[in-house]
Amino acid sequence: MENGSNTYDGPVLECRDLCISYFTRAGEIPAVIDFNMTLHQGESIGLVGESGCGKSTVAMAIMQYLGKNGAIVGGQVLYKGRDLSTLSPEELRQLRGNEISMVYQEPMASLNPSMTLGRQLMEVPLCHENISEKEAYERARQILADVKLPDPERVMAAYPHQISGGQQQRVVIAMALLSNPSLLLLDEPTTALDVTVEAGIVELIGEIAGRFNTSMVYISHNLGLILATCNRVNVMYSGVVVEHGSVSEVFDHMRHPYTKGLFGCIPLPGADKTARPLVPIRGQLPLPHQRPQGCYFGPRCDFFQAGTCDQEGLHMTEVPNEPGHSVRCRRWQQIDWDSYNPEGVGASEMEAGEVVLSIDNMKKYYEVTDNSIAAMVKGNRVRHVKANESISFDARACETVAIVGESGCGKSTFAKVLMGLETATEGKVVFNGKDISQEEVQNRSPEQIGSMQMVFQNPFDTLNPSHTVGSQLARVIRKFGVHTDKDKVEARVMELLDLVKLPREFARRRPRQLSGGQKQRVGIARAFAGNPSTVVADEPVSALDVSVQAAVTGLLMDIQKTYRTTLLFISHDLSLVRYLADRVVVMYLGNIVEQGTTDEVFTPPYHPYTEALLSAVPIADTSIEKKRIILEGNLPSVTNPPTGCPFNTRCPRKIGDVCETQAPPVYEPSPGHQIACHLSVETFQEMQPVIVQPDEPASPAAE
Amino acid sequence: MTDQAISSMRREPAILRLIKGAALIRESWVGMVGLGIIVFWAVVALLADVIAPFPPNATGAPMTLPGGPALDGSGTHWLGTDQLGRDILSRIIHGSRQVLLYAPLATLCAYAVGIPMGLAAGYRRGLTDDVLSFIANVILSFPVLVLYIIIIATIGASGINIIIAVTFASAPGIMRIVRGLVLDLRNREYVFAAETRGESAWRIMLVEILPNARGPLIVDGCLRLGYVIITIGTLGFLGLGLPPPDPDWGKMITEARAFIQFMPHMAIFPCIAISSLVLGFNLLADGLREVSLRD
Repeated sequence: MENGSNTYDGPVLECRDLCISYFTRAGEIPAVIDFNMTLHQGESIGLVGESGCGKSTVAMAIMQYLGKNGAIVGGQVLYKGRDLSTLSPEELRQLRGNEISMVYQEPMASLNPSMTLGRQLMEVPLCHENISEKEAYERARQILADVKLPDPERVMAAYPHQISGGQQQRVVIAMALLSNPSLLLLDEPTTALDVTVEAGIVELIGEIAGRFNTSMVYISHNLGLILATCNRVNVMYSGVVVEHGSVSEVFDHMRHPYTKGLFGCIPLPGADKTARPLVPIRGQLPLPHQRPQGCYFGPRCDFFQAGTCDQEGLHMTEVPNEPGHSVRCRRWQQIDWDSYNPEGVGASEMEAGEVVLSIDNMKKYYEVTDNSIAAMVKGNRVRHVKANESISFDARACETVAIVGESGCGKSTFAKVLMGLETATEGKVVFNGKDISQEEVQNRSPEQIGSMQMVFQNPFDTLNPSHTVGSQLARVIRKFGVHTDKDKVEARVMELLDLVKLPREFARRRPRQLSGGQKQRVGIARAFAGNPSTVVADEPVSALDVSVQAAVTGLLMDIQKTYRTTLLFISHDLSLVRYLADRVVVMYLGNIVEQGTTDEVFTPPYHPYTEALLSAVPIADTSIEKKRIILEGNLPSVTNPPTGCPFNTRCPRKIGDVCETQAPPVYEPSPGHQIACHLSVETFQEMQPVIVQPDEPASPAAE
Repeated sequence: MTDQAISSMRREPAILRLIKGAALIRESWVGMVGLGIIVFWAVVALLADVIAPFPPNATGAPMTLPGGPALDGSGTHWLGTDQLGRDILSRIIHGSRQVLLYAPLATLCAYAVGIPMGLAAGYRRGLTDDVLSFIANVILSFPVLVLYIIIIATIGASGINIIIAVTFASAPGIMRIVRGLVLDLRNREYVFAAETRGESAWRIMLVEILPNARGPLIVDGCLRLGYVIITIGTLGFLGLGLPPPDPDWGKMITEARAFIQFMPHMAIFPCIAISSLVLGFNLLADGLREVSLRD
């Protein structure tokens, strides 16, 4: 390269007035407008924003990977002073993967399933540098050790499917670092991973900049992750940067109403569903061809002023006395944040009623027949997968019980047994006074089915794309025998749409005409069609953007209050669980490891797994101090679970053989708070809180 | 979805939506060419009695070259005559009726059998799947031509029997496609939602799953129509097609085979007719796929 990385000392990456458009059937769609960014050696910048704000498009433009229908229509991308758009394809190929590397969201999709990982890693130096196979192997092995993969030799010989998702992402990061790039682009690198695995990756990313002196662009929708990994941050909204500054400036003294709104939407430790509820941002992200004139955030902004905010020519302005902190708002100096007190969507305190659902020692085993010849010879053809082991807890009317756990903890199986898609192997599930553990859904009465319904996770999958919203709701109403007369059914459909605060004409729409949050609202309406006494919500908001998340959770709590419904809230998001649950059940590998009220579970004593989970959750609050506990190892397979305590293979507090041989006893520090662990009472009593808040728990929104 | 209770909540009738969806083909010129060819043949078949210059079975001078005059001076044999003196153009025009009647009918029947089999195999899995897939594999392992000859030779040559033979031979392939699509669609949350409200298995298969598989099936249907046209032609060629004397493209080619060295036009024009229609359906399928993959 003409500019050797040793002699060049300017910024590694510079985007100047970058404008990117996509060209589609509907014409030119501007995806990113007027984007400026300067990234120096060893620095990391976060790009944060909701889906569709253009953050990934920026990364693609830096890589010059915009595809057939995308193009840079204005401005420049300068890499070490060279305009990337002037480079030939050959020069670009030399740059990509060598000086600029990228890590994508799905590790499995980034790795070639038919090559060993070692081969794939070695390809990078072999392709870009003139070195021997042996040297390449050594380099690859070393980099695997650097990203803290245990047993690098074994990983080198393995195929991608033979290692876990977290390890795969480590390999992808290793591959990106292999050529010692000056610039690393990370596009939601942990979104597909479990939270305890994510914590490990985030720690690794945090170390990279220091160890390899790499500059990073970190793209995420999660403010907490940005805080953990970046020095500076760009907040994007609908294709433009609305606020830019150092992480502490933006997180503690944000100036733009959108940034403020974002922080109001996320359940920080100080939030409380009754005292300090979340504040959703009203409205929704405008489509690129429907952006309003002037400030794109205008229609959703509480400080919108006609005549000022709807004028063209809005630029970033520097905040005085805070160099590097700039904001794209005409009125930021006039906004008085102290007297700003938006109305949140919370719930009033409710008295829990009688027990509606009582699960007693429920077990669900699956039989797996092994048809291999080896198994036939040995005679052990049938193996048991213990998806749920001794589940016991109660849920009362009007109560929100959160079931927390990572993938593979058995929460989906549990939901299937409740809904009657599977029958329990042992134990009882008493619902409204009747044991339903052996009742398949076909044998349940319409009232029984209607009184326990489910809200699903994926908004793009929850509604049938072939039928209108109205017809799908109508079907449920008739199926549950609520109404059969067609006028009454229609009236009820309208009622349900009102309930979830959607316009009535949505009945005629098809799911593809709805946004993710709107689809999820229809999903909630569908679950409440039969006046259920219990609703199982399986990660209902995890696929939604944060501003929408707050609105949907608020809605869910609101309906719950109206109907006095029991809500079983299945989630991996501990911040959200802390915010809305009354009681929490923590599951690991099919076992309940801890349960109690939300306060009991979130304060010491903890089960070691709960402690690790709490420490892993990224929190977007600069004042909070967390203990760092990174879990080692992988989630064991359910077909071959560890003996004794299920958590013993990864437990940072393991005391010895007793953990491997004996099932843990239940320690009950207070009535109802149960921890299944071998630790001594003294150890439990000495436990310190994982999350330490400053004495005055000031929400970062209030300065 | 023939539900009247919700009809008032619908935006527009299904027919209208179908036409609107079909109108998207305008955006693919390949598809438009295909559609043009098909529409051309459809018009020819409809107006056969009007536009054919001669009755299809009327005889004149045998083996007239293309453009030669009719014996009685009543017109011109634009594409010549065959060994019995029948006008080839008129026979092709009338023959299109047979093809455009039996090919779609046979394809529809094949789908009517293949779709339920595929739905059952893909949705129920387990033993149902094993049995149905085994039957399909056995049928697919026969060479198709041998299968046709056996079927037609056993039950005789007639229009209905062609449909039966095509259904028997094509349904397993359709079943496999549907099964593959269902295996993916059955894991969607809306299917799970239908299960948790206790819907019957057939309702889930037909109302929740099948409509979402329609895109690939429509494309496959167009391609398959092309194959069926070739099949009907082949059966005619083998003498297993429609009984004489009605004109049949395949049979015209067989009859012309003996004279192909000195009277090639007798074989060439029916061949062009078959291949143009098949090409039309293939291009339409390509166009539909192209349009459906966009945006």
